[in-house]
Amino acid sequence: MVQAGADVFIGYPITPANLLYAYGSRRYPLFLSAPDEITTLQWMTGFAATGKLPVTATSFPGYALMLESINMAYMMELPMVIILVQRLGPATGTATCGAQGDITLLNGMISGGFAIPVMSLADTQDCWEIPAKAMQMASRLRTPVILFTSKEEVMTSYSYDISRFSGISPIRRNNWDGSGKYKSYRANEQLIPSFLPVGNPDHQVRFTASTHDEEGNLQGTSKAGLDNSTRIHQKILKNMAEYTYYELDDAHDSTTLILSFGITSRAAHEAVISLRKKGVAVSHLVPKTLLPVPPVYYEIASRYKRVIFCEENYTGQYRQIMFGYSSPDHISGVNSFGKMIDPSEIVREVLRDE
Amino acid sequence: MNNRFLTGEELPFCKGCGHTGIAEHTEKALLNLGWSPLDVILVSDIGCHGIVDKFFTSHTVHGLHGRSIALASGITAGLNDQSKKVIVFLGDGGATIGMQHLIDAAHNNFNMTLVIHNNFLYGMTGGQPSELTPMGFKTPTLPSGASSEGYDICDLAMAAGANYVARIMGIGDFSEALATAFSKNGLSVVEVLEVCPSYGMKANPGMKLRQVAEEAAIEVKVYADRNHKSWEPPFLTAPDSLFSSFDCLPAMFTSSIEKPVRIMLAGSAGEGVQVAADFFAQAAVTAGLNVTKKGSYPVTVGVGYSASELIVSPDPIFYTGSPTPDALIILSNDGLSFARNTASRMENGEIFIDASLPVMNAAVSVIPIDFRNQAGPRNAAFYALFRYLTHSGIFPAEAMKKMIGESKLGAKINMEKLFQLP
Ligand SMILES: Cc1ncc(C[n+]2csc(CCOP(=O)(O)OP(=O)(O)O)c2C)c(N)n1
Ligand code: SF4
Repeated sequence: MVQAGADVFIGYPITPANLLYAYGSRRYPLFLSAPDEITTLQWMTGFAATGKLPVTATSFPGYALMLESINMAYMMELPMVIILVQRLGPATGTATCGAQGDITLLNGMISGGFAIPVMSLADTQDCWEIPAKAMQMASRLRTPVILFTSKEEVMTSYSYDISRFSGISPIRRNNWDGSGKYKSYRANEQLIPSFLPVGNPDHQVRFTASTHDEEGNLQGTSKAGLDNSTRIHQKILKNMAEYTYYELDDAHDSTTLILSFGITSRAAHEAVISLRKKGVAVSHLVPKTLLPVPPVYYEIASRYKRVIFCEENYTGQYRQIMFGYSSPDHISGVNSFGKMIDPSEIVREVLRDE
Repeated sequence: MNNRFLTGEELPFCKGCGHTGIAEHTEKALLNLGWSPLDVILVSDIGCHGIVDKFFTSHTVHGLHGRSIALASGITAGLNDQSKKVIVFLGDGGATIGMQHLIDAAHNNFNMTLVIHNNFLYGMTGGQPSELTPMGFKTPTLPSGASSEGYDICDLAMAAGANYVARIMGIGDFSEALATAFSKNGLSVVEVLEVCPSYGMKANPGMKLRQVAEEAAIEVKVYADRNHKSWEPPFLTAPDSLFSSFDCLPAMFTSSIEKPVRIMLAGSAGEGVQVAADFFAQAAVTAGLNVTKKGSYPVTVGVGYSASELIVSPDPIFYTGSPTPDALIILSNDGLSFARNTASRMENGEIFIDASLPVMNAAVSVIPIDFRNQAGPRNAAFYALFRYLTHSGIFPAEAMKKMIGESKLGAKINMEKLFQLP
């Protein structure tokens, strides 16, 4: 992320995100330890308002404190990346146990149900590439982006082949250079407003988290105000195609699709290998762009007779997001709470009716 | 563009509201000091005072209730520019709900000015009391009057380290007092006492601001005026490069294993379990293998067990969970307690256990070895891994010897001795 252009890491420690905090303190050109997570997010927003790209890492308890402030940064349209290292909840839960239990929260975290981009990582190659892409997306779309990971990803060391990592080029920020009066929220055809930092000597800049028009003036429920708010949601949807990353390992003749992401995709990968060894054809979809759910995942899912969602949470959150609380019969889940999903559990579910 | 800080439109506050005076005198102070609007960033809180940003020609940032100080701290830090002036407008409500941020800004001495609009109540939400409401002061929701003293926020700001702290009476022309605060280096805090006619006056008919202050012994004075160092960004002059802490490990040895091998090493905190496992993992990489490694230890890292789970494999490793290991190495009593369940689940593989520990019943062979006595408790983990490598042949023990030998630890550990032990 530093190579992509991150300027500052701001953090408040929490297991299992501490390794990222420690790493941030040595790797970033500027590292600040905030006195709590609300302050973390406010400082980050302040930095972003001056044109800097901030990063933090936390886990649910800290994330919960950040929630209102992330909504603020979202409404102000200021870029940042928040790494959410999931641990077992509810509440303080078990700090040293991984989980994938915060997807529903992320899906509904912006009041109004607006879309905020959430990216997930499946392997070391993703760890190299996706954070830089998240940073780019944050900067270009002017939005907070969430990197979704978990304890088992952050606190396990993996060997990797460095020669497979290609160079990361720094983000070029396209600040406004138009003529006439600058308006902080006048959007282009991509629905993205061009940026100028506060403190610049030429144009007045207004950032606000209250309903506002394109000049950043308070609006109540005027049309100009409401249009601007819904534009922010539309901005994310309109530009997501460009930031939709997934892997589809499509086995010829397979009628079953396993869908898994993050740490669980590693178990699913192993399950797929062992099933194929047994002669069972099965396909595997690994979303890297988790939210808003890219439409292509529905299109992919529709090609199979069965879709099995594997996720390390109690209720099947991503499955519910995609197919509702009462999902159709051909949709099922392998779930676990308080432990990683074992490949054998996935194999068993695939072979359930055979 | 004219140089005025206010657009000239009528300000949005109720008639007689103290907020109007603060906005006007802020403009006057800034004009007198020679600031121009685009060098000023006004950060406002949520509350009646916050709807003023539309009327300012400076840069404006309008965030959340109680968080304006932290937001402005980030702006000040991000700008890191003495030629810009950051001013925060907040109410007694915002100041108290966000007290952490006030203490923190004072403690860091961020270069900015806080203007606390203290009208003794929450205006925007209908006149509820705040923590700064003085004893006896009535509000619409507290018609009997506050039953305890408000606290002194200036005292707090001073104690936390703000360079300049003053309380002023928001009556008449107080632009000079504001100008004094605006010109200070580091954090300056001005608490302006003022009146909310719509709720304060209505609930306390005939109230006089001076009288309220006097009766509550709220002093109008300068609390602190000092010139301590203001905040400076602690830039890292030579941040770590991404790969500097470990060199790229080329494959120099070979391994003939055909499937993954899982090893669990379980011992006591402070006895080098994690470090030894690290060297083992790196050595495996030099043998051309894929490796994953994770540690387990209690939150209180200095006591109790310390265990490491390693997977080495000729093929990429995907699942890193903990099915039963192929080799379980137990070095101490703590390790035994931690690994007992794992041991009882094992159906294949071997258990190597320190000879000092009770022999355990298991479905697999349990091999006692005198790890601790032979190598000493501090080196038992290294010795055990050496022994395991020679015994299992999964990759050459020489690889681990080389890894350690080339590290800082090389000089501290007598590897020849460990190697020659039985
Ligand atoms: C987190 C949160 N809690 C509560 C509110 C509701 N709220 C809005 S303004 C306000 C109090 C305002 O009082 P004060 O800060 O003294 O400013 P004034 O209106 O008197 O200028 C409250 C409680 C909010 N906006 N956000
Ligand atoms: S309600 Fe009170 S604080 Fe708010 S504008 Fe009116 S007089 Fe001022």
